[in-house]
Amino acid sequence: MSGSIDSTMTFALLPEILLLFVAGFVLVFDLVWSDDRKRGLGWLTAGGLILTLVVSLIFARPPAEGILVWGSMLRYDWLGFVFKMLFIFGAAITALLSMDVKDLGTRGEFYILMVVSTIGMGLMAASADMIMLYLAIETTSIPLYILAGFFKTDQKSTESGFKYLLFGAMTSALLVYGFSLLFGYSGTTSIYGLAGAIQAGLIAQAPLIGSVFLILVGFSFKVSAVPFHFWAPDVYEGAPTPVAGFLSTASKAAGFAVLIRFFMSALPSLSTDWRLVIAIISVATMTLGNFLAITQNNIKRMLAYSSIAHAGYILVGVATVLELGMVSVVFYLIAYLVTNLAAFGIVVTFWRTSHSDEIKDYDGLSRRAPGLALAMLVAFLSLAGMPPFGGFIAKVLVFAAAVKADMVWLAVIGVLNSIIGLYYYLIVLKHVYLYRSDNEESLVVVSTPARIALVVLTAAILIVGIGFAPWFEWSSSAASILF
Amino acid sequence: MQFPIISVIVFIPIISGMLILLIPGERKTEIRVTALAASAVALGLSILLYFSYDIEIAGYQFVEKYTWLQDLGISYYVGVDGMNTPLVLLTGIVMFTGVLISWGIDDRPREFFAFLFILATGVFGVFVSLDLFMLFFFYEIAVFPMFLLIAIWGWKVTREYAAMKLTLYLFVGSVVALVGALAMYFTSGLGTFDMIALEGAAFPVVFQKFWFPFVFLGFAVLGGIWPFHNWSPDGHVAAPTAVSMFHAGVLMKLGAFAALRVGIMLLPEGAKFWMPFIILLTIVNVVYGAYIAMVQSDLKYVIGFSSVSHMGLVAMGFATLNREGMIGAGVQMFSHGVMTALFFAVVGMIYDRAHTRLIPELGGFSKKMPLVTVAFIVGGLVSMGMPGFSGFIAEFPIFMGVWRMQPWIAIVASISIVITASYIIRIISKVFFGKMPEEYADHIHDVTVLDKVALVLLAGILFILGVYPSIMVPLVESGVDNILRLLGGA
Repeated sequence: MSGSIDSTMTFALLPEILLLFVAGFVLVFDLVWSDDRKRGLGWLTAGGLILTLVVSLIFARPPAEGILVWGSMLRYDWLGFVFKMLFIFGAAITALLSMDVKDLGTRGEFYILMVVSTIGMGLMAASADMIMLYLAIETTSIPLYILAGFFKTDQKSTESGFKYLLFGAMTSALLVYGFSLLFGYSGTTSIYGLAGAIQAGLIAQAPLIGSVFLILVGFSFKVSAVPFHFWAPDVYEGAPTPVAGFLSTASKAAGFAVLIRFFMSALPSLSTDWRLVIAIISVATMTLGNFLAITQNNIKRMLAYSSIAHAGYILVGVATVLELGMVSVVFYLIAYLVTNLAAFGIVVTFWRTSHSDEIKDYDGLSRRAPGLALAMLVAFLSLAGMPPFGGFIAKVLVFAAAVKADMVWLAVIGVLNSIIGLYYYLIVLKHVYLYRSDNEESLVVVSTPARIALVVLTAAILIVGIGFAPWFEWSSSAASILF
Repeated sequence: MQFPIISVIVFIPIISGMLILLIPGERKTEIRVTALAASAVALGLSILLYFSYDIEIAGYQFVEKYTWLQDLGISYYVGVDGMNTPLVLLTGIVMFTGVLISWGIDDRPREFFAFLFILATGVFGVFVSLDLFMLFFFYEIAVFPMFLLIAIWGWKVTREYAAMKLTLYLFVGSVVALVGALAMYFTSGLGTFDMIALEGAAFPVVFQKFWFPFVFLGFAVLGGIWPFHNWSPDGHVAAPTAVSMFHAGVLMKLGAFAALRVGIMLLPEGAKFWMPFIILLTIVNVVYGAYIAMVQSDLKYVIGFSSVSHMGLVAMGFATLNREGMIGAGVQMFSHGVMTALFFAVVGMIYDRAHTRLIPELGGFSKKMPLVTVAFIVGGLVSMGMPGFSGFIAEFPIFMGVWRMQPWIAIVASISIVITASYIIRIISKVFFGKMPEEYADHIHDVTVLDKVALVLLAGILFILGVYPSIMVPLVESGVDNILRLLGGA
């Protein structure tokens, strides 16, 4: 390492560099533009993010075999790349959805914080070193704490932000404690160096297990797995809805990126020991999430519990410790990201007219806004795992991995859970399509950016569900570097 | 390259459904005409397919195969043989007549036809698929529109309950079967979902014995097998007329067909082991279903339970695992599909006019609706297995097959014919020839021309098949040969 920067190193960071530019542009225009034009910052952010996405897709494709760059701080590989593309896509959609939300879409700092958080997520997915990983997690989380509490005058939003901060700070303290123990015993902070240290028996069994559990706590919080899921419903309910959508998709995906990289690369020799632990967490997560989702009256809380349940399904893929399992994790996250963003996008749009998140206020939506109702049908059936939508393929892959790993019991619990899921998603659809309401004359207005976002997402759900081969290839390339 | 007739049949409904969604909701006539045109094309093509199938060559014909996902061996792979060609035709017929019958739907017809057509694509897709993954894909597509169709346009009293019950039942069945299918995929070691390849996988006998009940019963839930038939009469009753027709006419065949294709054909050793037990379940279906039908006072429940009884005969035919039983079951799927569509159409017409389906409150409809009466009587004769109608062609071989397997089962099962006759004759005498209550006398009118076209078409098919069975039996036989080959010529 002579201190010179070669082109590979630049390309490895190309998405983050471009994102930094986007944030800078937004900052400048936020100062230059007058208040009535600031809604345009949303177009600027979304456009910049899409441009970043396209440029990265063209120029920054990593080599098939990953390489360590930047003094082994980051790894330039497909796993990181696929996830970065996902985060940027999610952020662009979130920007579009936020534009017409009062007190949010006209605030430059909102967009900047979101872009900075996206940079952090990208670094999380690419980190090859525990120190880098911790910094990336904090870069992601701190803007998200602020975003969750963005409505300073709204009690629920501030509660949401503060709760998220407290939980987040606590779990990241545990996480960094786990990292420090590993470093203390092995003498290395490199994720890839750790594997060798464990193999060589440098770390005694007891502290190893202890620190792995501490790390697991940190990651479980990020992906909202039981028993570290408590924050999710309260934070989602109180946070501005687009932020809740972003938290439940991109942020969760970032957690899973880190989880699979850390456990598959740093602790491969432990995989047989912890696969059962993950399987148990997975069962608890999906069962609890699904059962609690049934009883919710608020759609954001319902989606929060449903997103907990989805974390459980994804953990099924992790618990298999097979290549197909990791492929299914990545694929699931792709399908889940577009689907759940669509679901939250509909909630954002509906709220603008009705100022309500109660499920019963969705009565008669199919008469008030047939297009929006159809998008909701697509999104919710995809969440329920129905073809021809993305969620179906994702679930089939996850359960296939479980069957392949001889964990048929886990697959069976998974499919039984997906029936519970179907039940409460259908209940919401019943409100949308079946029940009548008194204000069917008042149409639900869908703003242009929200319309673009929802059309893109609905199309994406169908594309992932029908033409699933390219996304599967992507997931395969991402997963193959773990083995 | 030959004309991809199967793909066109499969995708015409869903594509026209999407087009219908683009028509503004208030232009209802255009919506209906588009729906009718699309279903007419689908029917026309399925008739063409039926008569172009070459029985001399047999095997899978009009095969199309495109890779869907190379890595996992998933492909879009379709083809027809002697078993599924009649079912494709059946779906075409029910779809066409269903649209005719639904002309009067006035609440959001756009969404109604769109969902109905999505359902139709799912059904066509399952019948023609030769790829296990694809079969599941279309199977689920066929299941979920039912929920909306029943919940939105169904009978107000029970629709929410029935829709949810039906969907959850069917979903449980299909996901259980899905786990079994995944187990087959990995155990075969072939890395493909191609069902023809999997037929040659020779799964270990223990594996087959373990998984057969899950796969077979998982699908047979949709075929209405006892004790998992409970969703079906409730679903029939709550559904709007066209959906009942689809549901009983086609959807239940979907379950039976998938149970055959995936259960029996891929796990033949498991089938041989379990069938003696499964045939006991089907006796309950046949006899108990008929008995329950007899004691119902709601006309639609009568037909609903009669479907359970007749679908029991299909499952019983499969369970014999011999030539006669299989042929009978194959023909019965078609015959019962048309017959029950006819029944539900008639019941719908009566309900639309009288606003009740309670048999004691009805009477004398033959004077007002002569054609409907004739149609119902034809259906009734089919249902009793009267010679000269398709029911005889189907049920006689089934009983022969059962006799060959175990005579006492045939004797017990044949009780159902007597019970069926009793409830059919009771309905005919009371509802059509009894005395019409005064309150109906003024406002009951004959059915529309479109309704008549539908009834004549359905009744005509039942009659033609009855007097000229060679139009279908050799075709089904060629399909059965293939199944028997897999079963080792049993």
